Amino acid sequence: MATARLSTRVVIVGAGPAGTRCAETLVAAGFKPVLIDENRRDGGQIYRRQPECFTRDYATLYGTEADKAGDLHQSFDRLRGQIDYRPDTLVWNLTPGQLCSVKQGMHTTVDYDALILCTGATDRLMPIEGWQLAGTYSLGGAQIALKSQAVSIGHRVVFMGSGPLLYLVASQYVKAGAVVAAVLDTSPLSKRILALPKLLARPGLLFAGMKLLAQLYRAKIPVYLGIKPLQVLGDAAHGVSGVRLRTASGKTLAVKCDAVALGYHLRPETQLADLAGCLMRFDEASSQWVLATDEDGRTSINGIYAAGDGSRIRGADAAECAGRLAALALLRDLRHPVDVRQVEEQRHALKVMDEFRIGLAQAFPWPSAQAKALPDQAIVCRCEMITAGELRKAVSEKGACEVNRAKAFSRVGMGRCQGRYCSQAGAEVIAAAAGVSVQQVGRQRGQAPVKPLSMLTEEVSP
Amino acid sequence: MTVQKADVVIVGGGIMGSAAAFFLRQRGQSVILLERDQIGQYASGVNFGNVRRQGRYLGQLELADRSYGLWKRLPELIDDDLEFIASGHLRVCYREDEIVELQAYADAPEAVQLDLKIFRGDELHKRFPFLGPDVKGGSYAPHDGHANPRLAAPAFARAARRLGAQIEERTEVAEVQKVGGEFSISTTDGRQFSAAQLLITAGAWGQKLSAQFGEPVPLETKGPQMAVTEPVPYALPTVIGVYTKIEEEMIYFRQIPRGNIVIGGGYRSKPDMLTRRALVEPRSILNQFEQMRRLLPGVGNLNIIRVWSGIEGYLPDSLPVMGPSGTVDGLYYAFGFSGHGFQLGPGVGDVMAELISTGSTSTSILPFSINRFASSVEQRSKVS
Repeated sequence: MATARLSTRVVIVGAGPAGTRCAETLVAAGFKPVLIDENRRDGGQIYRRQPECFTRDYATLYGTEADKAGDLHQSFDRLRGQIDYRPDTLVWNLTPGQLCSVKQGMHTTVDYDALILCTGATDRLMPIEGWQLAGTYSLGGAQIALKSQAVSIGHRVVFMGSGPLLYLVASQYVKAGAVVAAVLDTSPLSKRILALPKLLARPGLLFAGMKLLAQLYRAKIPVYLGIKPLQVLGDAAHGVSGVRLRTASGKTLAVKCDAVALGYHLRPETQLADLAGCLMRFDEASSQWVLATDEDGRTSINGIYAAGDGSRIRGADAAECAGRLAALALLRDLRHPVDVRQVEEQRHALKVMDEFRIGLAQAFPWPSAQAKALPDQAIVCRCEMITAGELRKAVSEKGACEVNRAKAFSRVGMGRCQGRYCSQAGAEVIAAAAGVSVQQVGRQRGQAPVKPLSMLTEEVSP
Repeated sequence: MTVQKADVVIVGGGIMGSAAAFFLRQRGQSVILLERDQIGQYASGVNFGNVRRQGRYLGQLELADRSYGLWKRLPELIDDDLEFIASGHLRVCYREDEIVELQAYADAPEAVQLDLKIFRGDELHKRFPFLGPDVKGGSYAPHDGHANPRLAAPAFARAARRLGAQIEERTEVAEVQKVGGEFSISTTDGRQFSAAQLLITAGAWGQKLSAQFGEPVPLETKGPQMAVTEPVPYALPTVIGVYTKIEEEMIYFRQIPRGNIVIGGGYRSKPDMLTRRALVEPRSILNQFEQMRRLLPGVGNLNIIRVWSGIEGYLPDSLPVMGPSGTVDGLYYAFGFSGHGFQLGPGVGDVMAELISTGSTSTSILPFSINRFASSVEQRSKVS
């Protein structure tokens, strides 16, 4: 068999569900891919493995997903030795055919012929007045604190936002013994009922979601639907002291807490694909820019593939399928024999999950109207501490009706996070101020480094 | 088809074109500025932001001084803050013989108004204790400083527009001709413009237009390499750059009052002129790290959070093309500023407006005439 093809240098970025299944499929075909992961351990975010010295069991850590987590971890452990695994390593930039990676200050370039990006997702955030106060976390951040370090973000925690993660993290906190002051969902019940037909594409998952809600009610956690977040209360010296909101019936309510977790579902991490020049497209269902790929994960650039939430937010089960499928797509492109039935199976599974994804987006919509309603004094960009008013001025006084221009004039998206946490909300503010659709104001272009890079970084010969 | 007319059409909306539009309006000329993309998108918006006079070609200091006078009149001049701070500029070197060269520059009569002071050895390290031990000497310019390049060209364009200039973004010139006494300009979207005087301020694309009028110049395009750190307390008001003949040593940095340190220099990249995209080469960034640790050892613990590039036009003698055309009446050029146009921007706009309005300039721009390339290009085309 063609050893030339087997010598194709394949690099996978990300060792979550997509990256693991992708590596597994390639190893089964006789390849030895390089697998680079930013985390210390495999599993990604959802199946994040706790530090070696921690002893919580799978049921405690992963709840209903314990079996899947166990299966993925075991699969990964079997791959060790058959892949070139590089944990704790950040790919901070790339050029055609070469990745720039850094591990503990040591810089190494990694050549590739084929690249599969399984870079996952982060929280999708909508600003609220006061969200710069210490004690404000993203939902994902709150979950990682618990999952990785068995730490709660506060003594008395409010969960506010929308999406499945809101209920999942709140119930994980309840289960861990934390005081959950309230769960505040911006989505009204009516949206969920409308989305039911699509959500029924995965009845098991829908049932699991309802069970989470039931657990919260049983624990007597106040759950409000259809709320409007108004403010995170507190001051710079003492941090968060509560949240203020308007209930669905129009009453203003304050809930005391010392920490708040915010989030509206997820956004894909597309910086590497963006730096590679891969095309993006606007996804109407979730109202955000995502990577343009074909059904199997091929991007617009030859030899670059994408899978998992970094490509399209469909969750962990879909990420496993997409990881396999991207590997199979690469194998087919290399004219390597592939079991066509397996391809069809994965495609079919993904179709069902895509239906569910659209249902979720309907049930827990991105609250774009909140951006328009943000008071001028609310901070949009927390890294640079730029207010909604300043951003609006870039539009109204300086004519910046495009995201990158508004960034140049206002600094929104210029800080440490490089727009990962503020640029989507910023785009909504710009669109509302300019009176155009959010799609029309474009998206923030990616710039290296993917994450902050230490100036102590030194080159080592590969 | 309607033809839009003005006294002057400007092609290219970088800082040169935008400032020229502003000053031409101040002189009462009607102006149409055509910009293919967005105002200040390429070289003008992405450069380091040096408002530096020292180190320039001595024959350029008169122009730089004129520009400096305009920088000092900001923000009143254009009613906009470009974050200009005259916080001082230090040119340092790693070798003794380079101090001699810095001293010679400081002693030149053309540089007298810069009030340059040469520091060496202990005196230098006492005054600038954060510099690395390799630094042997430096030339300090107390009046030079820095500003925010992202804001500059758009602010001049807005000010010009407020004075009545017509600024057309996303308008690409397809063809320029001189018919009779008028320039006739057609754009790719089918519009027509006409003017008796035409100013080319098209930066890295300037020579494409000058060549259409039989005046090609050997312009080369390069992508500057810039990086910025996370913010740290404001402690380094002085802009510092390395004076050297070794490319990788040639770096510079400035800290802005909000705390970030902007770093530039070293290798440059080759822009892709089809996609109009210039990349930052990873080796440039790693080289900047190495050179910054040498120049400013304390910087090591900082992270960079963003890198960027742009598209600049360079001429072989590192001087711009500026002044009237050598062949066509009513045609003027100001492009190819070879990586050091930002400080000159307001002055170039002012001088070009003076030249176009009055036929002469009170500031010497003779060294930048396009005629200096006339013979060499002719000879080259004969050889090939």
